[in-house]
Amino acid sequence: MNPASVPHSPLRAAPVPLPEQPLAKWLLIAVAVLFSAVFLLLPLVNVFYQAFSSGWALYWKALSEPDTGSAIRLTLLVAGISVPLNAAFGLAASWAIAKFDFRGKTLLLTLLDLPFSISPVVAGLLFVLLFGAGGLMAPWLEAHHLKIIFAIPGMVLATIFVTFPYVARELIPVMQTQGREQEEAALTLGAGGWRTFWHVTLPSIKWGLFYGIVLCNARAMGEFGAVFVVSGHIAGQTDTLPLRVEKLYYEFDPAAPFAVATLLALLAVATVVLKAFLEWKSRRET
Amino acid sequence: MTRFCRILSVCLALGAAAHCAGGTISLLNVSYDPTREFYSEVNAAFSKEWKARTGDDLKIGISNGGSAKQARDVIAGSEADVVTLALAWDIDALHEHGQLLPADWQQRLPNNSCPYTSTIVFLTRHDGKIKVKDWEDLIRPGISVVAPNPKTSGGARWIYLAAYGDALKKNHGDAAAARRFVEQLYHNIPVMDEGARGSVTTFTQREIGDVLISWENEAWLVMEKIGRGRFDIIYPPRSILAEPPVAVVDKYAKAHGTEAVAEAYLRFLYTPAGQELAAKHHFRPELDAVARQHAADFPPMELFTLREVFGSWKEAQKIHFDEGGIFDQISRSRR
Repeated sequence: MNPASVPHSPLRAAPVPLPEQPLAKWLLIAVAVLFSAVFLLLPLVNVFYQAFSSGWALYWKALSEPDTGSAIRLTLLVAGISVPLNAAFGLAASWAIAKFDFRGKTLLLTLLDLPFSISPVVAGLLFVLLFGAGGLMAPWLEAHHLKIIFAIPGMVLATIFVTFPYVARELIPVMQTQGREQEEAALTLGAGGWRTFWHVTLPSIKWGLFYGIVLCNARAMGEFGAVFVVSGHIAGQTDTLPLRVEKLYYEFDPAAPFAVATLLALLAVATVVLKAFLEWKSRRET
Repeated sequence: MTRFCRILSVCLALGAAAHCAGGTISLLNVSYDPTREFYSEVNAAFSKEWKARTGDDLKIGISNGGSAKQARDVIAGSEADVVTLALAWDIDALHEHGQLLPADWQQRLPNNSCPYTSTIVFLTRHDGKIKVKDWEDLIRPGISVVAPNPKTSGGARWIYLAAYGDALKKNHGDAAAARRFVEQLYHNIPVMDEGARGSVTTFTQREIGDVLISWENEAWLVMEKIGRGRFDIIYPPRSILAEPPVAVVDKYAKAHGTEAVAEAYLRFLYTPAGQELAAKHHFRPELDAVARQHAADFPPMELFTLREVFGSWKEAQKIHFDEGGIFDQISRSRR
């Protein structure tokens, strides 16, 4: 549902055109188009078709149910906390990696990619083992009456984990191609650290940053596996939109799960449109 | 950094607040898969009664999933005030692995803490292509059967034990013959979902299989929600008396100060009002008066108990479902 592929930079240099080979070209295009139509477009259309199969009235009824409302609010809350945190972290990490040389840089890069390579379910279990009853942190948490797993903080943590690399991975290549010269020039001209950041660095990376945030947000709102493990599945309290869709599907409701799924599908569509816009914008400015 | 700490503490506080929203009492019921519809009605009815009795607003949360998985979540810290699971073994686990309630929890409420019972029946497609009447029809070659996985699902364990118990009785207690029977049966099951609800979806929506083995209440739910005319419920002549128990989780209820309301909630299930709701959702009521009124909804059949055929959950678990037990052996021979 969400475009959770490993992000690539919108600012990549234009490819050098290969000598024309018409047959191969059209064959490849046909394969790509057919593949996207069958695996992407068809399911998307089906979601909307099923959602409206019982009419508008039922569609609205499904979306206005209190449990669905609470799932929407919770999804916004979880994304609202985890996306800004990961944006701040991604900015810091990519800055450190692109602009400085230090020991353990490769290690940091590898750690950054960890959430891409770990199954989200395993990530969720990791948090259960850490913060759950009998877990490593359990005595401390219990002493302070804090509850993490099977409550909102656990869902935020799990979401932060799976969306961890998105912003940083997006910014590192951008910052690397930019190099350090401009910042060094600003610093030699007497600008402070913050000023350099706001007036030199940020303007040059802003589209990459937006793009990373958009992807990060799409994944945060669409995440299922990790959140599934730590949620506790309390209807109206710890169900995010993807969990709500699953639950409705198992309640034999013909249209409601698809109605809620259209919200996530719209999110995906909005993400793709924003992505295209940001790529266009950044290409125009370079 | 201070800002980060502030945000973190806000989200921690939100988590804490989710459990004790000011002014109202909240109660969490962690339940197994096929009880969603039943408990959402029970919760509404009991909240109303509690409000009338005490004036307090009561907000009851419900969590549904595979019984064994739900028990594991509660042990790992999902702070349920009450659990209403598919089988006693899963609640025993709360005592064994977390000391969340005393060992004799099952003696605290009537009928071994089972306010309702159920059984295992078959669901077939209405087209009439495949005719089944009894358990042995399920092992005919070429028949495809759908049932959940006993490793993760409580309902699936009742299904397995029902099949095994019936074969044992038909073969005059010959354990080898019963084992052969379940082996053949599970060879006819192409997909095993994690929970009972998953199997129902596999059978009804994905249209896999000729016969679904299912909870009685779940089979009726399919008839009501997806429509009569597409499926038929088949009652085998003999099946198991499935006993899904309920319990207050002492440790969490004590910590939340909800012991009294949690117990009242479970006792409500035994009242005529609670029993009527159980019968309405096709759980077999414990109260005789209510059971007699709904006798037509629950066709008579021979029901054997777990205790009578398998002794106890501990024994059944050890012989059949533990690592290397009979279920593992027959699953391996399948490959």
